[in-house]
Amino acid sequence: MVAMTDYAGSKLAWCPGCGNFGILSAVNKALVELNIEPHRVLMVSGIGQAGKLPHYTRCNILNMLHGRTLPAAAGAKIANPELIVIAVGGDGDGYGEGGNHFIHAMRRNHDITYLVHNNQVYGLTKGQASPTSDLGFVTKTTLRGATMPLNPLALAIACDASFVGRGFAGDVEHLANLIKMGITHKGFAFIDVLQPCVIFNRKNTYNWYRERVYKLEEETNYDPSNKAAAFNKAQEWGEQIPIGIIYRKQRPTFEEQLPALDKGPLVKQKIEIGRIEELLDEFL
Amino acid sequence: MTTQRIGIEVSRAIAIAAKLANVDVVSAYPITPQTHIVEDIAELVADGELDAAYIPVESEHSAMSACLGASAVGARTFTATAGQGLELMHEVLYIASSMRLPVVMTVANRALSAPLSIWCDHSDVMAVRDTGWIQIFAANGQETFDNVLCAFRIAEDQRVLLPVMIHLDGFYLTHMVEPIYVPEQSKVDKFLPPYEYPLPLDPNKPITMGAFAPPNIYTETKKAQQANLTAAKEVILQCWREFGNFFGRYYSPVEGYRCEKAKVLLLVMGSLSETAMSAIDTLRDEGKEVGLIKLRLWRPFPFDEIRRAVRDAEVLIILDRALSFGGPAGPVCSEIRSALYNEDKKPKVISFVGGLGGRDISPDGFKEIINRGIEISQTGSEQEFEMFGVRE
Repeated sequence: MVAMTDYAGSKLAWCPGCGNFGILSAVNKALVELNIEPHRVLMVSGIGQAGKLPHYTRCNILNMLHGRTLPAAAGAKIANPELIVIAVGGDGDGYGEGGNHFIHAMRRNHDITYLVHNNQVYGLTKGQASPTSDLGFVTKTTLRGATMPLNPLALAIACDASFVGRGFAGDVEHLANLIKMGITHKGFAFIDVLQPCVIFNRKNTYNWYRERVYKLEEETNYDPSNKAAAFNKAQEWGEQIPIGIIYRKQRPTFEEQLPALDKGPLVKQKIEIGRIEELLDEFL
Repeated sequence: MTTQRIGIEVSRAIAIAAKLANVDVVSAYPITPQTHIVEDIAELVADGELDAAYIPVESEHSAMSACLGASAVGARTFTATAGQGLELMHEVLYIASSMRLPVVMTVANRALSAPLSIWCDHSDVMAVRDTGWIQIFAANGQETFDNVLCAFRIAEDQRVLLPVMIHLDGFYLTHMVEPIYVPEQSKVDKFLPPYEYPLPLDPNKPITMGAFAPPNIYTETKKAQQANLTAAKEVILQCWREFGNFFGRYYSPVEGYRCEKAKVLLLVMGSLSETAMSAIDTLRDEGKEVGLIKLRLWRPFPFDEIRRAVRDAEVLIILDRALSFGGPAGPVCSEIRSALYNEDKKPKVISFVGGLGGRDISPDGFKEIINRGIEISQTGSEQEFEMFGVRE
């Protein structure tokens, strides 16, 4: 059996009180409860405070450039679908710098889980506005207030992402369950995590979220397979913020549709050199 | 208000220089160690001290692209970046120089990944060496401040119309508090006239920029660009002379320190050249005939000035803060060695690479480099270059 100690990583260097602690606990808890050994997991991250999460757990790690988390994660999954690939990034990494990759990874439906630590501010570079900063949010680069924020959930639903969820770093139990469902989901599982930044975001605090979040699974008549309903749900922000599975629709993954993978993972397939000559002969 | 000498972080001084230059558009993305520059500009704009548009974009690629758009319609445009941010701008940098858009950018020099480093070296600069930008290295805060002002004048000169990068070492300069002379606005206004781009995008006079060039004209456009960048040196020299006449501080492409009768010369770019001065002082006190050459103008490369500066030395030791993997030496050394190759009278050129990823080099370190360089000049070395300070 896998235990929490198997995922004990190196010394943490986040600020005390950071929402990342809750997310890290939830990730480890989900992996342990699914009884997944660390060597089967690949965590891919970019740059940002969220990008450090893989360093603080224990598994295979690929730390990429800022914003380039998803293409690398997709590449690894295609080459070896046996890996459980978890991509981790922040709102800057995923919605700003790497925004185009986000759209296309969802469209293609790679079988990976993508966690976005959404603290609505740039933490690593110390407090500038991010693509999800609330309208009017004042930072050192937006002294007149941030412009209209991106709605990542609505965008994901528009891209027909096959699993769209939202968690809250202050509710580890709920978030761990969501991550478990994301990992076991066949296809692109996108989870936006509301993450308080106790230093640079004094607006969206733990209390601010606690007063607003409610769990969708407690709503008896909510159907996450209804795209129009999900799109409406994704618009809720302010007085009430839904967490849980917003949208889910099973469809073939990119990897399932790739003929090259019919014979198993590419990393385990032998290269048939003899065929190359035969193929070249066709052109000579 | 008259000229004041104020203790200020160099990043903040750069923001003030951009304000004094009265920039119209600033587009930037935060990246360590550049952030203070753009944060301060955002603040100056918000406080109404600078009448400019500040665009907080989603990436460096977008930052440079937005600058190009702004510059093409005739706005005085400024940005700043560092390390990976500069690399993400890479393909856009060529567009700025090839379209003759005089964007000014400060680069807080930072090492490239992997492994991830936020600390200083010159690997980011060397990767954009051939993008057609004018590139100037600053050794301290005052040089940075002064050259930001000069950069606009050089870039916008009708004979030049090329983008300019001012390089300053990340953290070592960006986060340093220095006493800096900040001139009054009226004096800067006299030195730096209002910007007038000769061919802006204008609905009343439609033009096309950056269209397709078939093989029968592409070579000619590149030759024109090359000739233009090379000829920019005269304008740079003229600008530095006039800057000196205005403000009392004179700059040159290549600067010597205690080079009188020096048989051995050390050549360094950036902030480490100031540390190297201490080493030269000590060695001179010990009676050794050594001197220091600071290379300030990186592009266009100052061939004549370099040749003149090192002609009478026997040994020239060059420290690069970047590697050319699998190559002959550090990039600066390669260029200087190449510039000297056909000369009749030239020193032996010894190459060191050091100060990578924020590793500091102390005055004692420079003494060690100089002594080892002299030793190699006498005994030879099996290596093309040596890496200084490697822990083994």
